[in-house]
Amino acid sequence: MTTAAEPILQVQNLVKHFPLTQGILFQKQIGAVKAVDGVNFELTQGETLGLVGESGCGKSTVAKLLMNLERATAGQVRYKGEDISKVSGKALRSVRRNIQMVFQDPYTSLNPRMTVADIIGEPYAIHPEAAPKGSAKHRVQELLELVGLNPEHINRYPHQFSGGQRQRIGIARGLALNPEIIICDEPVSALDVSVQAQVINLMEKLQGEFGLSYVFIAHDLSIVRHISDRVAVMYLGKIVEIGTETEIYDHPTHPYTQALLSAVPVPDPAARQHRERIILTGDVPSPANPPSGCRFRTRCWKAQEICAQEEPLLQIRTGLQGHAVHASACHFAEEKDIVHSH
Amino acid sequence: MTTNQQTKPEKTDAVPGAPLLEVDDLHVEFRTRDGVAKAINGVSYSVSAGETLAVLGESGSGKSVTAQTIMGILDMPPGVITGGEIRFHGRDMLKMDKDERRKIRGKKIAMIFQDALSALNPVYSVGFQLAEMYRVHEGMSRKDAKARAIELMDLVKIPAAKERVNDYPHQFSGGMRQRIMIAMAMALDPELIIADEPTTALDVTVQAQVMDLLAELQRERHMGLILITHDLGVVADVADKIAVMYAGRIVEHAPVDKLYSSPAHPYTEGLLASIPRLDLKGQDLYAIKGLPPNLMRIPSGCAFNPRCPYAQDICRADVPPLIEVAPARHSACHFAQQVLDKNGGS
Repeated sequence: MTTAAEPILQVQNLVKHFPLTQGILFQKQIGAVKAVDGVNFELTQGETLGLVGESGCGKSTVAKLLMNLERATAGQVRYKGEDISKVSGKALRSVRRNIQMVFQDPYTSLNPRMTVADIIGEPYAIHPEAAPKGSAKHRVQELLELVGLNPEHINRYPHQFSGGQRQRIGIARGLALNPEIIICDEPVSALDVSVQAQVINLMEKLQGEFGLSYVFIAHDLSIVRHISDRVAVMYLGKIVEIGTETEIYDHPTHPYTQALLSAVPVPDPAARQHRERIILTGDVPSPANPPSGCRFRTRCWKAQEICAQEEPLLQIRTGLQGHAVHASACHFAEEKDIVHSH
Repeated sequence: MTTNQQTKPEKTDAVPGAPLLEVDDLHVEFRTRDGVAKAINGVSYSVSAGETLAVLGESGSGKSVTAQTIMGILDMPPGVITGGEIRFHGRDMLKMDKDERRKIRGKKIAMIFQDALSALNPVYSVGFQLAEMYRVHEGMSRKDAKARAIELMDLVKIPAAKERVNDYPHQFSGGMRQRIMIAMAMALDPELIIADEPTTALDVTVQAQVMDLLAELQRERHMGLILITHDLGVVADVADKIAVMYAGRIVEHAPVDKLYSSPAHPYTEGLLASIPRLDLKGQDLYAIKGLPPNLMRIPSGCAFNPRCPYAQDICRADVPPLIEVAPARHSACHFAQQVLDKNGGS
């Protein structure tokens, strides 16, 4: 998927630090949780960018920053060339017509006191220009049909639906304003396996129909591979490797990506003997006090002195060939096939 | 069904030659104001010492209720056991009195829960909670019990156990908390461990660590392990045999490699086809149509028939029994042979 067009969304050096304070009356800042610490990527129209990483790596904070639900500490989010990370009020509202979000938990992200008509129709109340007067109900019914729900259920409440159906309602709400970009934060992780596939297929169908661009955040690497065109791997607030789906999954060069891929349990007992497993020791360090140099060095089996002193930049490394040529933030980037059994 | 019995000699009046645990035609229902939900409708399985049985199913399939019934921690009411037996060393636990069950629970059969943060008490240190096992069950002194707690934390590879024994659950990471849960289950050297989604709340890298630890301890101590999960990937790595549950019934029961290479039930077949693969960029994902059934209104005949591509009239009329379709392989489907042949399993 290579549309040479101008990227629809550009993220440049995005930073979000949450201050840690001490004292009640006279608060002083004693440090900061560096949730997102210099993230760059681009998204083109009709493309899906997968964002993967362990919990606490900052992937959900990136989602919130893209939606402007959190103010960035530094950096820019450019939507069609315009920086949207600092806009507010009316200008922000018009930006949000084009960038919508689908949340993880379909149980808490839908207001239990609102009917489906109110939930999916609420965007039209906020943006009256999006639907001519009186047509909102009709639009809601169209949307319900589009996501595979019965349009007659318009007056039901969220509790009358199953998890998968609720996530469809969440998707319908995201689609209501015909956005160009949808940020999906773990959209299927709360769903049962057999229902997950239905929702993923629906999202792919909608993408084809409306030319949507997705930022797809998930911790399930198999699902990310399935849906993404390009994938970014995050660790402690930074992207450590980014490339096309084939580059990341079949030709990973960063040790963290390799460890992450090798840890995924493969539903095939025959393949397990042939697969190399890299089991990382320890937990992710605290983002309030990340290690110097390369942030992964404390868990990395390749770590040398240089890793503690110099932070490896996210760039194309020399000495690699073919699909291994993609940006990787490791001093010792080296291709290694993990997911295919030998 | 294999019943190769290798347990160490038991002091209880065990029936010789019986498997460690046998669940036999268990029925459980929940009587609520809105109606009766039939959560378990005739489940049978067995586990021997040193063996890992994975129970696979979606939410509402009855996999956790079965585990709770075995442990004797089912909420009654609204839960009611309407039939069946659960035999531990050949003796029916459902007929035992409260005291007798208590002696088994924790000591002989231990359980690991999914969400360690809510399973641990937030106002006591982890050391206190681990030591409690010894104080309550074995009447040890506080000091001895604490020493044993530190040993346990070492056993599950918690770094700097001595310093961390007085820390509270919130001071540990998710993976470490799950290790504490494993330590607690291990405390009294049980013969059987029931792990209910032990790694679902964890990240993949930590999940691999925890599963490895669990498998290692099980091997060393020759315990029986019932692993309850919805994740087909986790199961493939550790289980010996798998029971797939749907709407309170076991629909397929097979050795792990056979189940993956040649499923004999349409539901298993659909599940396997609906998960994306890490090593392949798939085309369209196969999706099982429809939704899991409402347990208050389980479809007549085979509960899977409204979602099944093989369904015929007979599926709506008769409940298919769980029968042997190939050596050591059982499937509850009227067209099991057809499914198996299609997947090249016979």
